[in-house]
Amino acid sequence: MFGGLPVWGGGEAPRPKGVTVDKKGLLEKFPRSPDVLLALLHELQRANPQNYLTPEDLALAAEHLGLPLSRVRDAVTFYTMFSLRPRGKHIIRVCDSPNCHLFGAWSVVEEIKEFLGIEVGETTPDGLFTLELTSCLGACGVAPVMMVDDEVFGNLRPERVREILRRFKGEG
Amino acid sequence: MRPARVHLLVAVDEEARLSGVDQVLVALREALEHYGLGDEVQVIETGTLGISGQGVVLAVYPDGVFYGQVRPEDVREIVEVHLLKGRPVARLRLPTAAPLSRPGEILGRQVRVVLRNVGVIDPENIEEYIAQGGYEALAKALTEMKPEEVIEEVRRAGLRGRGGAGFPTGVKWAAVRQAPGAEKYVICNADEGEPGTFKDRLILEGDPHRILEAMAIAGYAVGAKLGIIYVRGEYALSIRRLHRALEQARKYGLLGENILETGFSFDIEVRPGAGAYVCGEETALIESLEGKRGWPRIRPPYPVTHGLWGKPTVVNNVETLANVPDILLRGAAWFRTLGTPTCPGTKVYTILGHVRFPGLVEVEMGTPLRVLIYELGGGLRDGRALKAVLIGGAAGAFLTPEDLDIRLDFDSLAGRAAVLGSGAVLVMDESACIVDMLGSILRFFRHESCGQCAPCRAGTDLLLRLWERVRKGEASEEVLGRMVEIVETMRQASLCPLGQSLALPVRSALEKFREEFLEHISRGPCARCKGEE
Repeated sequence: MFGGLPVWGGGEAPRPKGVTVDKKGLLEKFPRSPDVLLALLHELQRANPQNYLTPEDLALAAEHLGLPLSRVRDAVTFYTMFSLRPRGKHIIRVCDSPNCHLFGAWSVVEEIKEFLGIEVGETTPDGLFTLELTSCLGACGVAPVMMVDDEVFGNLRPERVREILRRFKGEG
Repeated sequence: MRPARVHLLVAVDEEARLSGVDQVLVALREALEHYGLGDEVQVIETGTLGISGQGVVLAVYPDGVFYGQVRPEDVREIVEVHLLKGRPVARLRLPTAAPLSRPGEILGRQVRVVLRNVGVIDPENIEEYIAQGGYEALAKALTEMKPEEVIEEVRRAGLRGRGGAGFPTGVKWAAVRQAPGAEKYVICNADEGEPGTFKDRLILEGDPHRILEAMAIAGYAVGAKLGIIYVRGEYALSIRRLHRALEQARKYGLLGENILETGFSFDIEVRPGAGAYVCGEETALIESLEGKRGWPRIRPPYPVTHGLWGKPTVVNNVETLANVPDILLRGAAWFRTLGTPTCPGTKVYTILGHVRFPGLVEVEMGTPLRVLIYELGGGLRDGRALKAVLIGGAAGAFLTPEDLDIRLDFDSLAGRAAVLGSGAVLVMDESACIVDMLGSILRFFRHESCGQCAPCRAGTDLLLRLWERVRKGEASEEVLGRMVEIVETMRQASLCPLGQSLALPVRSALEKFREEFLEHISRGPCARCKGEE
């Protein structure tokens, strides 16, 4: 039981498209104990270029941990970091906690919606971006704040938001 | 730290990273090489220096000079003018004194116990922690003290849980020690999600070994062999630094089998959360650790007897644990010289909103709110007037300028229908609309209500709908009374503190800023309303 878990970085960018991941091999790093479920699901989701958990992923997790599929689904649907629908290559998370709200998080959301032509919770037709809201990211000193994949951006103004999104677009 | 003429501390936290600290570091190493200062000047990447909103921040020791908003193109000037010629670069210098390196040393109003190493040592190097007295407390506990004596010392120190509830830590540890069963656990609650709070993240990023040491001490005291740190899933850097610290501690024989050859074995695992505010509640956290949805359990029984896997379990907040090593090394009597008789020690606050210097401070328990806002936060921006303070996070209470002399500790605030909570202090000037701010809080609660118990599930939704009608001017005054009834029902009938605590912001906003709500009822959204995300 001591120290067996792989290092999980959290919130990292998904692997580039076209790189296939050996999911079975990935699972072998985890002990067959139900308490590693969340860490394991993070890994499976990250291995998917579209940032979500497929029905096959859930089945793999259930099988590896010896849990009923319903139990895995039950957990997945509870946590906001997991998605059962395909998401964009880049996930934009805008903080809407009170402090960021005070500094205009709402205008940041409006700017992104207009620039990308999507609503909160939607993915752009080219599959590049998904727009989500998040609770406090703990970077309150530079509010308003958003996260794109694992990168945090602060002191956001409309023109800076566009500049950041253009950069991610350029990278493809 | 290896001997060097000058130590240059570079804060590498999330905020610095988004300001381009990586490019600054590259430029810095190049410049030092260029001027032949590579051996004389040691660059230390550290956690936060406790300064927020100043971009990339560097500190030069022993001079105690701070630079802020440093860009790669500024680096050459700092190296040439300051490090080579000895003259600080005035245009980049911050009007801030150096943070403190000795425990309990007082600078102005700040007293650093919990944060004493944060921003001072390299968190990725165990030797720097050891050089500051790290792991001495663990050695002392294991070689000189019985488990009961460790618990007694913590109990006599009067340490109370810093996660918000203020429960005496020593009492909790004693209950777990006395609980029947051979298998016990120590859990560190690092699922920091209270809006406006990032103290735990900075402790984990800036001084991770302190938490490992404290957990090992707790494990020895209560009779546990395994500790688990449940970290918020979004805290990528904290998770990486904890894993690194764990590897080093095991290599040095400070964790694992037979620690310091005393026969005591203890190890720690790190588990990420996955985005659920309610998991900060200890029984929801335990459910989540068992691989389930984070639904709070019905209590009693409490985790001290029936915790993880139904075994006796200690659950302590990061900041609570960070106090433990110094209490053991310096004694309960020393700890009691800080703070108030019923709340000894210090508290870390995040000062946010319309203040000149937002950021993290550590002060004695019982420090007046006025000192926090006007001395440590530098007062309000642009000389504006204070309108309201939201204290304790989203589940906190709105205070007014009349409350400025309130003392910040668990007991003083309880007497004023407010809570210390996680220590978030959100300052608002007259440009803030309280109706609008309450909307932000209600949206947060509706999203984070776990849906298990009806009062909270239905109440949070109903409140947001009523609020929307008030904001748009489509409600009558009676709606405000209805909102109070709902939060009162939630306070009495909800299963866990999430639903119970919404009464605080709603009641305080409606009582202290009633006029503003009535104005919206008669005229609709005001010019200060920021709208809806």
